[in-house]
Amino acid sequence: MCIMASCLSPNWSVFDIDQSQTLQVAVQEAHARSQPLAIRGGGSKTFYGRQTPAGDLLDLGGHRGIIDYAPNELFITLRAGTSLQALEAQLAEAGQMLPFEPPHFGPAATIGGTLACGFSGPRRPYAGSARDTVLGMRILNGQGEILRFGGQVMKNVAGYDVSRLMVGALGTLGVLLEVSLKVLPRPDSTVTLVRPMDPVTAIQRMNHWAGQPLPLSATAYDGEHLYVRLSGTGSAVRAAQTRLGGERLPDAEAAAFWVALREQRHVFFQGDAPLWRLAVAPATPPLPLAGQTLIEWGGGQRWLRGARDATALRQLAAEHGGHATLFRGGDRRGEVFHPLTPPLLAMQQRLKAAFDPRAILNSGRLYATL
Amino acid sequence: MPEVSPAPAVACAATRRRKVPTHMSASPDRTALLAELQAALSADAVLRGAEDLRPYECDGLSVLRELPLCVVLPVDREGVRAVLQICQRHGVAVVPRGAGTGLSGGARPIRDAVLLSLARLHHIIAIDRENRTARVQPGVRNLAISEAARPLGLYYAPDPSSQIACSIGGNVAENSGGVHCLKYGLTVHNLLELDVLTATGETLRIGSQALDSPGYDLLALMTGSEGLLGVVTECTVRLLPVPEHVLVLLAAFSSVEAAAESVSAIIAAGIIPAGLEMMDRLAIEAAEDFVHAGYPRDAAAILLCELDGPAVELEERVREVETLLQRHGAGAIRIAEDAATRLLLWKGRKAAFPAVGRLAPDYYCMDGTIPRQRLAEVLGRITAWSAEYGLRVANVFHAGDGNLHPLILYDANAEGQLHAAEEFGRRILELCVAVGGSVTGEHGVGVEKLDSMCVQFNAAELAQLHRIKHAFDPEGRLNPGKAVPSLHRCAELGAMHVHHGQLPFPELERF
Ligand SMILES: Cc1cc2nc3c(=O)[nH]c(=O)nc-3n(C[C@H](O)[C@H](O)[C@H](O)COP(=O)(O)OP(=O)(O)OC[C@H]3O[C@@H](n4cnc5c(N)ncnc54)[C@H](O)[C@@H]3O)c2cc1C
Ligand SMILES: Cc1cc2nc3c(=O)[nH]c(=O)nc-3n(C[C@H](O)[C@H](O)[C@H](O)COP(=O)(O)OP(=O)(O)OC[C@H]3O[C@@H](n4cnc5c(N)ncnc54)[C@H](O)[C@@H]3O)c2cc1C
Repeated sequence: MCIMASCLSPNWSVFDIDQSQTLQVAVQEAHARSQPLAIRGGGSKTFYGRQTPAGDLLDLGGHRGIIDYAPNELFITLRAGTSLQALEAQLAEAGQMLPFEPPHFGPAATIGGTLACGFSGPRRPYAGSARDTVLGMRILNGQGEILRFGGQVMKNVAGYDVSRLMVGALGTLGVLLEVSLKVLPRPDSTVTLVRPMDPVTAIQRMNHWAGQPLPLSATAYDGEHLYVRLSGTGSAVRAAQTRLGGERLPDAEAAAFWVALREQRHVFFQGDAPLWRLAVAPATPPLPLAGQTLIEWGGGQRWLRGARDATALRQLAAEHGGHATLFRGGDRRGEVFHPLTPPLLAMQQRLKAAFDPRAILNSGRLYATL
Repeated sequence: MPEVSPAPAVACAATRRRKVPTHMSASPDRTALLAELQAALSADAVLRGAEDLRPYECDGLSVLRELPLCVVLPVDREGVRAVLQICQRHGVAVVPRGAGTGLSGGARPIRDAVLLSLARLHHIIAIDRENRTARVQPGVRNLAISEAARPLGLYYAPDPSSQIACSIGGNVAENSGGVHCLKYGLTVHNLLELDVLTATGETLRIGSQALDSPGYDLLALMTGSEGLLGVVTECTVRLLPVPEHVLVLLAAFSSVEAAAESVSAIIAAGIIPAGLEMMDRLAIEAAEDFVHAGYPRDAAAILLCELDGPAVELEERVREVETLLQRHGAGAIRIAEDAATRLLLWKGRKAAFPAVGRLAPDYYCMDGTIPRQRLAEVLGRITAWSAEYGLRVANVFHAGDGNLHPLILYDANAEGQLHAAEEFGRRILELCVAVGGSVTGEHGVGVEKLDSMCVQFNAAELAQLHRIKHAFDPEGRLNPGKAVPSLHRCAELGAMHVHHGQLPFPELERF
């Protein structure tokens, strides 16, 4: 069986650096001086979240390396500054993958930054989110204490689930030092089907299929065509393909399509116009919005371009059980995430104070007061 | 979905009683409190006489008992809110309770505290076919959700063995798993939205009907919080399509090691079974005597492996798994394709606890998790300790996800046996932590594992957990004294423990 470093490629050890102690001292000193810190992984996602006054840079990029990878136990433990690319390459060597198919948004992306943003890709509705994949973490809280929650096992209900709480917190609750993630075998076979369709039917189809035992692994609608990706054993994919029909996209083209979508390099995302993300109940019919909508996640994630009336957009998203985020561009000094109800905001402020009493960790990046 | 055992015993029938610490020192103005509760709820919704309270004096961990100040049974959210507000005015603590099947004392009453039963909030509010979700009240039984969704070809995936009785609110509070969680996840992976009332009766809507929600992931934090952070009054769960085909393989092994290696081999081959369960000889014998599932009595261990998917895929998969099992020394392999045989094979596993319960007057169910590769070593140590304490142990193992349930057999009426069983159990949990696992995989800490928490977490980590509790419930009135031990308790007890190679609690004052 493959335990510890024995199954890692040799090139890993050369770059493995544990900087926990240095990072801890930096946070402790910042805490003592109430000096705000700006946490940085690879800097690939600086566009995300609110624009904040510059804090002292806390660079995680050097804190990298895989600590423990046991493919048969379906977990990997690694330092937060490890590059996402390197991590995925390592998993691929063992025939495995991250279930949530994270976007990178640049070659410098680290696993820590990905989890802090809580980003998941096309496979998300069918295989779970970034947060679902987390098994445990070592973090630094705002007082510079190194704390460990969760572990490397799938099931662990000792103590509150602090490690999953860190996902999507944009570094405002703690500095991620080490993470343990659940990994999955790569599917044997993948096929993408495409077919022209109107938006109403497309959303209905995606949700109708999701209610049936089909090996779906991604769906998208670009305003003209519905794309469906099937992944699994060869026989299961073939059976589903026969049943669904539609034109099969050549494999290379299909792979390029899903990567372009995930990385926001698809033509829809080009240009500098603000990018809005709406998360809604997936079966929500097409929304009455000007301009093109790009739909992903079986209808659950919808993208819009251009300057919009934020209040109206947010109200619309809320009416359909969800929320709206100013994902890229626009005015990033105001709130970019959906406003929280007063009791929820108050609770989250108390939670922030419970982790970071002097508000030094990425404060203001998520909400002005968090 | 596999069949379940008869309803677990949730009422406290036996007479043994043990002193447990209480956390409310001030004596509340009982009469005024009861009058206000009665005025706010209907007359039959407040229980106060000793005989009425008796059925609530414990949860599934029947060795820990206490009578509450009273039991309240509101029928809706406003009733729950009224109870919380009245208790706040009186400075009285509240213990939430679902079906009382918890195995760690989480819903065990606290003297001088109100026991808040959510059992009468038991309506399925809506099933949304298009979005594949169910919105339910917290007292709805786990299995009832799947039953209601079944006509739409959908079901609720997490299926604890207690699913016929346990409530979805309790599942959320414990982050319960089931035999299918390797493939389909725990409660936390199948929840979308919660309505929660805080200790002061304020409503928090957590999560959303979409796949994520803005701000901190309170849904994750609330799941598994054992009733300490808020009272769940409504939840939306995700429903999945019922698999096209299901089959179960039963393989017998002459050693536990061989069975464990087969599990690794299956996963190494890139197969994620829907369920993967192991039982050792004593558990096999007990189950066989109880439900006659046709398990091989001469095996040292059996493995139950459930595969699901399209028929074409299963045809291939089952041959693959069969070959792997044989290569790792499996003796007889049975394959159940029809529903009746499948359910029979599962029945033995699902009834394992009550079956083992027939072997001795009492049993103590442990719930540690370990990295699977350490299984043989851990079971070896358990066997040695079993001889040392003179107490038999049956092992039931969620093999796919490393969750071990050793059932320690004892007789509480025999001098010293309860104490020995508890000490034995604690040593098992400490071993789980030492090999890189956890003191609880799915049953929660409750009251039972407070001491073991001191082994798994250091003082700074525990202090962080207390600060989270304080953010939600500054007065500490929701299920106080459960789930997270006080630093004081750990310092007293754990002066001996060494955690992560550090000295215990170096930062804590000595007294
Ligand atoms: C990318 C792609 C695009 C396709 N576009 C079309 C198309 O535009 N028109 C077309 O006829 N076929 C289309 N198909 C093929 C069609 O989806 C399949 O014939 C069908 O899905 C297979 O049957 P089923 O088992 O899902 O249907 P069943 O469950 O047997 O249902 C019967 C029919 O009713 C439809 N249906 C049932 N419930 C719903 C619902 N809630 N919402 C919408 N439809 C529902 C199903 O699609 C199916 O055609 C497309 C397939 C692909 C892969
Ligand atoms: C025979 C048997 C088999 C079992 N098998 C499994 C298994 O396979 N997997 C597994 O995970 N567990 C199992 N359990 C344990 C137990 O069934 C689960 O923990 C279950 O989720 C408890 O639900 P309940 O409704 O009985 O909760 P209770 O026991 O009433 O309460 C459990 C905890 O939840 C809190 N709580 C209850 N309702 C609420 C609410 N609405 N809001 C806030 N807090 C609340 C309580 O305060 C308490 O801390 C088993 C138990 C038995 C007896």
